[in-house]
Amino acid sequence: MAHFTKPAEGSWTEHFGLATEPVVYDDSTSPEFYELERDAIFRRTWLNVGRVEQLPRKGSYFTKELDAARTAVLVVRDMDDEVRSYHNMCRHRGNKLVWQDYPREETQGVCRQFTCKYHGWRYDLQGNLTFVQQEDEFFNLDKSNFGLAPVRTDVWEGFVFVTLDPDAPPLREYMGRLGAGIEGYPFHLMTQKHTYRAEVGSNWKLFIDAFVEFYHAPVLHAKQATEEESRKLQSFGYEALAYDIDGPHAMVSSWGGMSPPKDLGMVKPIDRVLRSGLFGPWDAPDIGALPSGLNPSGHPAWGLDSYLFFPNFMILIWKPNWYLTYHYWPTSHHTHVFETSLYFVPPANAYERLEQELAVVTFKEFGLQDGNTLEATQMMIETGAVREFPLCDQEVMLRHLHRTCRQYVADHQGGPTRTTVRVSAAS
Amino acid sequence: MPILPQVFAELEPFADWVLPSERDRFAKRLASSMDELQAFYDAAFPRLEDGVEYLKGVPIEGIAEQDRNLLWLFSSLVTVSFPVEVWRQPRVPDSGASSIDVVVEPVP
Ligand code: FES
Ligand SMILES: [Fe+2]
Repeated sequence: MAHFTKPAEGSWTEHFGLATEPVVYDDSTSPEFYELERDAIFRRTWLNVGRVEQLPRKGSYFTKELDAARTAVLVVRDMDDEVRSYHNMCRHRGNKLVWQDYPREETQGVCRQFTCKYHGWRYDLQGNLTFVQQEDEFFNLDKSNFGLAPVRTDVWEGFVFVTLDPDAPPLREYMGRLGAGIEGYPFHLMTQKHTYRAEVGSNWKLFIDAFVEFYHAPVLHAKQATEEESRKLQSFGYEALAYDIDGPHAMVSSWGGMSPPKDLGMVKPIDRVLRSGLFGPWDAPDIGALPSGLNPSGHPAWGLDSYLFFPNFMILIWKPNWYLTYHYWPTSHHTHVFETSLYFVPPANAYERLEQELAVVTFKEFGLQDGNTLEATQMMIETGAVREFPLCDQEVMLRHLHRTCRQYVADHQGGPTRTTVRVSAAS
Repeated sequence: MPILPQVFAELEPFADWVLPSERDRFAKRLASSMDELQAFYDAAFPRLEDGVEYLKGVPIEGIAEQDRNLLWLFSSLVTVSFPVEVWRQPRVPDSGASSIDVVVEPVP
């Protein structure tokens, strides 16, 4: 039984012009398809690599492994306060330029120049080669021809993005209508950050699948609630308030009566004392008016909006004025690194710190269940015993994600002449 | 020198739960028996309401060592709350071998 209004077409799936047939999941099991995705998707879209707060000063830098895009980048705030990125690679003989102890581990810091560990070549923050050890041993070496190889970089609402595609549209245009709808959200006020990382034994899209539908929540997470409460939740099931799709991006708007809950019996004793939990601290900090894109259905029971910015970046904005991000960084067709960061307005006192800790830890407990289920799914879909899976209307974003991936790959295989990929609602 | 503020002196026997990183708090939870988690919970939870009132008066900026220790002790109470209040086991149900590790966290 429907509790919330659906579009006139009768379903979200049909509303967005998507097919309703079962979906073939070969895109999540095939090593060949993953190789195609690396070039067709990860080397052609804008990828979020961090936030400007990670670059607080001139000379602040961090590195980012982009295995799926076949590179690793070095992101830096230069002396003119501009955020720039380079392939993290020395122009002499290709050593990784910035790393510590383990070349595969990401690092960060502040410096005036970058010095290669191998033969000591130096580069300024603008990427210019400034020093060559025993320069007179080289043959007509013009240092101006050996600056660091730049990577296209742009910033949207404090989020730093890179793309390896020189022909990609400008970032703001790429973020589209859904991005525009949350411009002005005070991300910059929420600098209290907790980051978690996990290596997950599944295709990257399977974890996105798990986080763009809440159909699983009353069942998989049943043991997180009291028995009586979980029975109630299961009989009610899950329905979103609204979905939206624009180009390759999508969002789901959800109810969330848990901050604070209507009935205190619904939550654990510690949640009641600390006034916090899965949906965040119950007493939201004042952050002013929210941008117009949030809570698109205007429902009073609104709890959070989850955005998927293609391919692998999610932002979840919660009613009690905090947000979190997810990133899924593929490392093979059946493994990826999952990262999540939770951002709060910095706590004024130690109690607020504790409230936030409860939200963070609760979130982690749920994430652990989600992560483990993925390995179980990957294992079985790889058998190929069954290849097609029926997706319900609450799984509309999965359908759109997998179709978008197939479309990017098909477009890329279509030949060297590039056509701009627009997965519009009508197509 | 006591670890905790004077008014929470009765929790001194649980000072081994004063751990500044979520990674360590979680590891200690996994390494503990349910009886140990229950004993800690039974001692600390009844003092949480007082703890909330106390910590509300403690600005994060320039927090004193004993106050910070109290914050970490109650953070550990947060870490053990799901096992004690809901699951009756230290591990997250159905989480198998999966792990999610903290890589950035505020101090305090
Ligand atoms: S490889 Fe960097 S200086 Fe030789
Ligand atoms: Fe979940």
